Amino acid sequence: MRLELGRIRITDVQFGDQTRVTGGTLFINQGELKDLLEEDPDIARVELDLAKPGEDVRIIPVKDVIEPRVKVQGPGGVFPGFISKVDTVGSGRTHVLDGVAVVTTGKIVGFQEGIIDMGGPGAAYSPFSQTLNVVVKITPVEGLPQHKHEQAVRLAGLKAAAYLGNAGRELEPDQLEVYELGSYLENAAAFPGLPKVVYLYMLQSQGLLHDTYVYGVDAKKILPSLISPTEIMDGAIVSGNCVSACDKNTTYHHQNNPVIAQLFQRHGRDLCFLGVVITNENVTLADKERSSSYAAKLVKMIGAEGAIITEEGFGNPDTDLMMNCRKLEELGVKTVLITDEYAGRDGASQSLADAVPQANAVVSAGNANEMITLPPCGKVIGDLEAAEVIAGGFAGALAPDGSLRVEIQAITGSTCELGFSKLRGDGF
Amino acid sequence: MAEHKKLRVVHYLNQFFGQIGGEDMAGVAPLVKEGPVGPGLALAGALGEAGEVVATVICGDNYAGDNLEKAVPEILELIRQQKPDALVAGPAFNAGRYGIACGAVGQAAARELGIPVVTGMYQENPGVELYRKDLYIIATEDSARGMRGAIPKMAALLLKLARGEEIGSPEAEGYLPRGIRRNRFAAENGAARAVEMLVAKLKGEAFTTELPMPDFDRVPPNPPVRDLRSATIALVTSGGIVPKGNPDRIESSSASKFGKYSLEGLTDLTSDTHQTAHGGYDPVYANGDPDRVLPLDVARELEAEGVFGKLHPYHYATVGNGTSVANAARYGAAIAADLKEAGVDAVILTST
Repeated sequence: MRLELGRIRITDVQFGDQTRVTGGTLFINQGELKDLLEEDPDIARVELDLAKPGEDVRIIPVKDVIEPRVKVQGPGGVFPGFISKVDTVGSGRTHVLDGVAVVTTGKIVGFQEGIIDMGGPGAAYSPFSQTLNVVVKITPVEGLPQHKHEQAVRLAGLKAAAYLGNAGRELEPDQLEVYELGSYLENAAAFPGLPKVVYLYMLQSQGLLHDTYVYGVDAKKILPSLISPTEIMDGAIVSGNCVSACDKNTTYHHQNNPVIAQLFQRHGRDLCFLGVVITNENVTLADKERSSSYAAKLVKMIGAEGAIITEEGFGNPDTDLMMNCRKLEELGVKTVLITDEYAGRDGASQSLADAVPQANAVVSAGNANEMITLPPCGKVIGDLEAAEVIAGGFAGALAPDGSLRVEIQAITGSTCELGFSKLRGDGF
Repeated sequence: MAEHKKLRVVHYLNQFFGQIGGEDMAGVAPLVKEGPVGPGLALAGALGEAGEVVATVICGDNYAGDNLEKAVPEILELIRQQKPDALVAGPAFNAGRYGIACGAVGQAAARELGIPVVTGMYQENPGVELYRKDLYIIATEDSARGMRGAIPKMAALLLKLARGEEIGSPEAEGYLPRGIRRNRFAAENGAARAVEMLVAKLKGEAFTTELPMPDFDRVPPNPPVRDLRSATIALVTSGGIVPKGNPDRIESSSASKFGKYSLEGLTDLTSDTHQTAHGGYDPVYANGDPDRVLPLDVARELEAEGVFGKLHPYHYATVGNGTSVANAARYGAAIAADLKEAGVDAVILTST
């Protein structure tokens, strides 16, 4: 499969009469976007706001982050199964509004939504402190149950991203990246001397607001499958998660998976990137055993000698991570794991809920329990009171002056287990 | 600028390094000698103008080892009398009794005198596992051959601690990792580091994991309850079921406490009486009927039918979501002690 990713560099975002990109500025017709999102009968009201890097702005509680993209050539459309039909995506050309992110917020859905600070010390911890954020604040209709509320917010975020992405349809990209992988046989034959590597991509699927969707299918219900990395760039994987904000893989993270980017970068040089196997993180032991066995088998079947395994969430899925590692190593596939840590606020506790001796090559995305003080911000988008109930927050986290004392667990993307950020945990 | 006060350092040694004698003198009780003794001379040299070894406290290996609980307060009292600013213990190399004594004395001095402490041991010394979390232990060779290498590192780290300077990584400072995890920003993102590590692993080259795996406790299950009909059963949950309003404000994640709540007079939990404090799952079903997580209704029925003797009149609850293993173990031990005291025979432990 061959996908051209055309990046349109956006340097500013403003509200305007017409939704379009001019001279690197994205103008948004506020009324039109609001009307589109308010079509959903589960949504009572939508408010739009803008938050830019360096501003004295806090967004809380953050639900999902999505990058605006549009399919300009080739079959299917972005976010298949939600915004577009379910044709196979991942080939042709896709345009990206590079530098822009849709951020969904509003009344809290579960407990596990996050904080993005556009300035101050918190900004170092979230990748979305560096993006031009179009913040969509959603008020659901009265009495909407939580799972319906989550769905309404998820769909609104995807719709907004697709709507904005469309503004890049006719533009000439500033940069064109080409991603192409042949069939497994062709690929292996092209690089006979290089080790064959697969990416085993664990999708959060614990259920009860911990869900991920693949072409619209709830990932709980899949058997591990092969997928082209370029399909993922077109939004084939969508987050529906209320796991802790720090290690929630937002839809933006899926669209811009850094492991895929790194494997492409070193493909043909240090390794031969065969492709991606997706698997899930279900809660029952039988599911865990089945999925890890099936995933390990697929990775081995297509000829991998090495695999990167990434996790989403923590605690219960640590078991899936370790089963995947153990079973692959037992099949002779060398593994490297990316996870984060819950070592306590003092860093003195054991970091993971499960461990196997085969996990001898682990990248740590940081200790999520580490504390941070976020000084008050001039402007808050969303609902600051949420700080006391979100994961990583606690009663008393919110000081009268509006400053927050929280674990970095509460910051969106701070310890992303796809290895998106530079934060790492270290032994002292 | 204020002149740097010369640090008053006390040095703790065993009878051998304290030049009292060999194994035949291992029973010697704690004593003080003025100024540095034996390896203390090298320590004094390494401290230079910054510090002075004001006294050496010496205790026999057997005296300390045979009754640590008695010996440590005696040793600590001798140290306290010197009004020290800091303590150096050892190095003990691979000597087990000596290593444990250095660790115990160091831990007591750090806790009770609030002074910086540095010791030194070989990585396999049993004192390492016991005290690495509490103390900075400089990694040494397994015998006194390593004295020359160990002393300057111990002195340098002690001075840093005394000045309140930031302590670098174990590699940089030479101490054995204490199992403390801290965050920093790396030069490359996690994905780049992971792929780099995989390339090295595939080539058979050296690589260093960023998170060494811990040794996990495996708790063997207790034998089954012999006679259920006379047994007292308690309900304990990490699923966060608390009285409505969450009176102890147990956190939705990383719980800092557990709660003990009366079940007296209750036969059923409802959305009016109870709720979940847990932030790790959709709370709709647990809040709608808290018995789904803490099965009081069924327990009361079985109690009435005489299937078991009686239900313990309290339940215990915490939130098992992002809660550190050390805290979870602590709550578990406290709950278990309370249950044992109340004569509870068995527990139904529910999660989420």
